[in-house]
Amino acid sequence: MLKYTKDHEWLRLDGDVATVGITPHAQEQLGDLVFVELPAVGARFDKGAVAATVESVKAASEVYAPVGGEIVAVNDKLAADPGLVNAAPTGNGWLFKLKVKDAGEAATLLDEAAYQKLSAAEASN
Amino acid sequence: MAEPSAASDLKRTPLHDLHVRLGARMVPFAGYAMPVQFPAGIIKEHLHTRASAGLFDVSHMGQVALRACSGHVADAARALETLVPGDMLGLAPGRQRYTLLTNEHGGALDDLMVSNHGDRLMLVVNAARKAFDEAHLRERLADRCVIEPLLDRALVALQGPAAETVLARLAPGVRTMRFMDVRAMTLVDAICFVSRSGYTGEDGFEISVPAPAAVTLCEALLRDPAVAPIGLGARDSLRLEAGLCLYGADLDETTTPVEAALEWTLPKVRRTGGARAGGFAGADTVLDQLARGATRRRVGLRPEGRVPVRGGAPLFETEPSAAPLGVVTSGGFGVSLNAPVAMGYVPPGAATPGTRLFSEVRGKRLAVTVADLPFVPARYKR
Repeated sequence: MLKYTKDHEWLRLDGDVATVGITPHAQEQLGDLVFVELPAVGARFDKGAVAATVESVKAASEVYAPVGGEIVAVNDKLAADPGLVNAAPTGNGWLFKLKVKDAGEAATLLDEAAYQKLSAAEASN
Repeated sequence: MAEPSAASDLKRTPLHDLHVRLGARMVPFAGYAMPVQFPAGIIKEHLHTRASAGLFDVSHMGQVALRACSGHVADAARALETLVPGDMLGLAPGRQRYTLLTNEHGGALDDLMVSNHGDRLMLVVNAARKAFDEAHLRERLADRCVIEPLLDRALVALQGPAAETVLARLAPGVRTMRFMDVRAMTLVDAICFVSRSGYTGEDGFEISVPAPAAVTLCEALLRDPAVAPIGLGARDSLRLEAGLCLYGADLDETTTPVEAALEWTLPKVRRTGGARAGGFAGADTVLDQLARGATRRRVGLRPEGRVPVRGGAPLFETEPSAAPLGVVTSGGFGVSLNAPVAMGYVPPGAATPGTRLFSEVRGKRLAVTVADLPFVPARYKR
């Protein structure tokens, strides 16, 4: 089950390791990605810190750590194929995995319904 | 991400509803609602244009007719030569030329296409500058010319190796046009002005069509399976690969044609010693730069690695240099090259292709190499 942030990241928690990516809505808004900058394994981020950057043809966008933790894995397929994020944003296009410092932070994230509502509200503005 | 401003404020081209029907993502651009991409996406649209034929709506740009009060187009040309460094008097009927409007410092007020239609000149200017350009033309030339913005015409571009074959189905005569020819011809029962030119580096045509016929023309072109609609996103990546300037980024009021590496827009006849030397705004500065060199030059840049380096990024001589020696003015991803590309200004000493410089992206210094332009060879039908 996915949780979401208001900045269009998703998170899937498996024990204390969270897989993080950007949502289908986000990849659609960004358009074709041409470059993804991922953090180093071992890097530590607080919740809300900039953990990665995704670049479309036109512009760069920051990806924030939805919860605080330490990077334990990054998706090394994205260097050669950044378009994976567009094609499979919640599957093979995942960005990084981090070991969650404080499980309580995940509890404040949005569930599917709340995230869909937020995206719809943004789209209609 | 930032939301677009209220759609009701934006102007619409005659093709607006067609774009929406085709699934375009519309964004504000120069006061218009314009398609930044269609469902195919920027990468596919870019590649399609270089492989086949892309159809672009550029109706937001300004189309202006310039007629001399005397009725002789030569007088309109002479008048325009007081504002541009190009050879307008020598522009034959049925021919088009790229030039720049300059200010008193030789800086660019706009870049534009000028074509000779026999009894008048036609100018195509940038959308963001058209109000300024029209006021400028009126202020300087109203005593001897009539300046008429053609508000009832759309402008579309058909670009790519299949463009000739596609357009020839509507007008077989286009096969005999060569690069920078201009002709009036009837397409979809409307009088159109067709030039063999564009902003992609590919062979192609720009078509000025009466607004009421614009949708019919585009639908006729889109019925050809070789043609796909292309948005402004791919338009920008295509022109960047072609090494073409974008006014407001690579050209502005501080950049002279010499600094912008556009010396070729200054023909011999307008240079020192020529029959109509100087006589345009900022000529002293420009001709002096031709003689003695300018202090900066527009160059191509190839970032090492895959990180795009974008307009506004600084350029440094060495990795630890404190002060920048130049700036990136345009940058992005060269889709056909599958690599980032950029353009910027550097001192002449750093302008030799192969020179290794550094830019800075997100606080990190990245190596870039000065490169010849264009990045992708042009395929004009000369």
